[in-house]
Amino acid sequence: MSSPPILPKSTSLSDIGNLSRRQRIASIGKVVFLAATLLAVAALAVLLWYIFQRGWGWLSWGLLTNPPSRKPEKAGLSIAISGTLWIISLTLLVAFPMGVASAIFLEEYAPKNRWTRLLQINISNLAGVPSVVYGLLGLGIFVQWLDLGRVVLAGALTMALLSLPVIIISSQEALKAIPWSLREAAYGVGATRWQVTASHVLPAAVPGILTGVILAVSRAIGETAPLLVAGAAGFVTSKPSGFMDSYTTIPIQLYNWMSRPQTEFRDLAAAGIIVLLVLLISMNLIAIIVRQRFSSRTRW
Amino acid sequence: MTQQLEQPLTQEAAGSSAAGQPLIDIRNLNVHYGNFKAVGDVTFEIATHRITALIGPSGCGKSTVLRSINRMNDLIPTARVEGEILFHGENILSSGVDPVMVRRRIGMVFQKPNPFPKSIYDNVAWGAKVNGIRKGMDELVEWCLRSAALWDEVKDKLDQSGLALSGGQQQRLCIARALANNPDVILMDEPCSALDPISTLRIEDLMRELAKNYTITIVTHNMQQAARVSDQTVFFSLGENRMGVLVESSPTRDIFTNPRDSRTEDYITGRFG
Amino acid sequence: MATEPRTGSGTQTDALPFFRPGGSYVDQKLLRRQHLTEKTVGYLLLACAIVSVLTTIGIVVVLLAQAVNFFADVSIVDFLTGTTWTALFQNQQQWGVLPLVSATLMVTLLSMLVAMPIGLMSAIFLSEYASPRTRAVLKPVLELLAGIPTIIYGFFALTFITPSILKVVWPQTSVYNVLAASIAVGIMIVPLIASLSEDAIRSVPSAMREGAYALGATKLEVSTRIIVPAALSGIVASFMLAASRAVGETMIVALAAGSKAQMVTNPLQPGETMTGYIVQVVSGDAARGSTIYYSLFAVGLLLFVMTLALNIFSHWFVRRFREEYE
Repeated sequence: MSSPPILPKSTSLSDIGNLSRRQRIASIGKVVFLAATLLAVAALAVLLWYIFQRGWGWLSWGLLTNPPSRKPEKAGLSIAISGTLWIISLTLLVAFPMGVASAIFLEEYAPKNRWTRLLQINISNLAGVPSVVYGLLGLGIFVQWLDLGRVVLAGALTMALLSLPVIIISSQEALKAIPWSLREAAYGVGATRWQVTASHVLPAAVPGILTGVILAVSRAIGETAPLLVAGAAGFVTSKPSGFMDSYTTIPIQLYNWMSRPQTEFRDLAAAGIIVLLVLLISMNLIAIIVRQRFSSRTRW
Repeated sequence: MTQQLEQPLTQEAAGSSAAGQPLIDIRNLNVHYGNFKAVGDVTFEIATHRITALIGPSGCGKSTVLRSINRMNDLIPTARVEGEILFHGENILSSGVDPVMVRRRIGMVFQKPNPFPKSIYDNVAWGAKVNGIRKGMDELVEWCLRSAALWDEVKDKLDQSGLALSGGQQQRLCIARALANNPDVILMDEPCSALDPISTLRIEDLMRELAKNYTITIVTHNMQQAARVSDQTVFFSLGENRMGVLVESSPTRDIFTNPRDSRTEDYITGRFG
Repeated sequence: MATEPRTGSGTQTDALPFFRPGGSYVDQKLLRRQHLTEKTVGYLLLACAIVSVLTTIGIVVVLLAQAVNFFADVSIVDFLTGTTWTALFQNQQQWGVLPLVSATLMVTLLSMLVAMPIGLMSAIFLSEYASPRTRAVLKPVLELLAGIPTIIYGFFALTFITPSILKVVWPQTSVYNVLAASIAVGIMIVPLIASLSEDAIRSVPSAMREGAYALGATKLEVSTRIIVPAALSGIVASFMLAASRAVGETMIVALAAGSKAQMVTNPLQPGETMTGYIVQVVSGDAARGSTIYYSLFAVGLLLFVMTLALNIFSHWFVRRFREEYE
């Protein structure tokens, strides 16, 4: 039986055997990984460039102030913007307190047992349900069963349910980030659980919670499918003035324009996309600023 | 077959050092982590087929020096290593030398056993596979496990995960893994500090056995271990600004009975560190 | 004996009443009030958390109840096995859902083919190769891809990918086609795979990396043969979650894939996914109580079950196969 084929000991470091080939392959690998990352970035760049160059010419103040029209030159987003504002305000009003309250319950109050674990799993599952299914939920319950009809209230409640899991999860993260020692100190001087939470934990968690809510809202602004299903009407002629009015939103109006075959309407849609993107970028910037400004003040 | 596998491997290419001759020559080694000078002006030699122990209080740079020998400090972005480390006469710190090559020749065993989440067989074979060995893997794995005194305990469960072994067994697995490349030198960074006393003694016996065919350099904070195991001891201490300095390098017998430097004597007699 | 309410300042003559013999230093009224507040708050918070449970129940009940109405008219077997879906033909309604499912699966498959390599390789690059500065720039940029509303991706697929890319390479591509939508969906889910895989890769302990490098391996060998296999369960879970997202994607396919419900064999041809069908119906005038109306919920139920299964499976997968590094 021959002795095992062990790599021979050699005296020289420059006797590198197969290493040069391996290093060549390693360099190729590095380039490939970088290329993949840059490819994703390039896709983003192409998308943004395309939208801008297509829609730039159609940007005007009229886009923001005109109601929709059969003529693309005259059409605008005013009614859609109003609808979006109505929907989002009501969504926030409902989802923000409930979401934060649920997060507080899960993080500060609930014992760690099987039921709360189930609750947690339920919330993560809800976060993964497609938004169109929330639309069906809204259609079935708010529009039809509660017979609200295709009105702002029904749409807002639908979006509230959609945003709730996201707000809960991000608020929980914000609460978890607060070190236990803060709570310990407060309990140590005899505060009740609510006092600890309201006076110590919540104020410290506000930046994180706010950031999460702003991001959840910006996602909700861009959602089309759930409101399409739950009742934004096809052609709305006036801005909503109450919760029981019919409405349309920015993405739905854009969808409307995009679905028309005329090139002008598609150009107009591109311009509308720019408006939507500007709105979303502003909100994200606000979220980042909130996080920076408040977190620099917190000293543990 | 068993006879042959238990033969210590004595392949020596022409021109290599005989036992006792300097194999690694460290000259004026300085290591910075960012602005912090961790190790200053270290010079000593490591002899072939001997066990050299680096001892000293914690934080005095012994591990830093050890990791410079196989260019592991290259993995730390803020680390800057200056000086010369001559291995078979060539400076391994020079920029023309590929650290991957250095690590093929100079292996390392770490403080906390770190087997891969693979089978025992794959753990041992991985280094050799990556370095191009295709055939004869079964014999190689068996040989390495025998040399690491682990074969009898694992020969029936080679496809079990390496992580399922006990701490002492995992460390011997890591030693077997390092042997697969047939390195000249095995560096060990506090190899027993995470192990129980019985495993520690087993590994110390293993070290002495391995020293017949390999050059071993260990870092240890356990003076008694250094006294038990090593032929040469190098004592480090803390200089100015928490910089590690080499105080004395002597044969082990001498350093523990008749140290040349008073700092060495203070450390050995327990007056500090 | 009633104790005096403690208002905090105390009177001079009665500075330390709790040392009065026989007196209690605990203010019973305050304590009772606090206790009531605690209980109320506790229940309020619980009520809010219960809303999430009600939501799940609501989804299941609504989908089931309305789907039951659908299955009063259409047999479940026909639904699940039929290959013709002509919901909007007034006279000849056929309700085999497989065309919708085939389109959904085709979009999911093609988008995953796009997103898995790009996402995983980006994750490897960001965690193993990129300097902290590069990472700080590239990571948010990748996250941006996830933040773009899907309607914009749909527009991009319809008005750019199809005419300017696909038609150039394959002139026989039709105006609405599955491939354009799939590419857009793929781009959209890259950040999901990249960030979850990166988390998994970063959680591989550095001791393992060091052990691999110490054996004389190149960076590529360490990354692909030690790190990625060690992070595999998290990486696979990220794939499954991304697939679930692709299944549920609505606006991209509604805009770009078309509304022709047919068994999809050629991605250059149109196809209607389950989600696309839902959009098509609600964009029309389906009468409440009609079979078409109920079909919305039947398809919705199928969609819900598919995504739920993928999500649950991915969580189970991580729990079962999560690598132990100790």
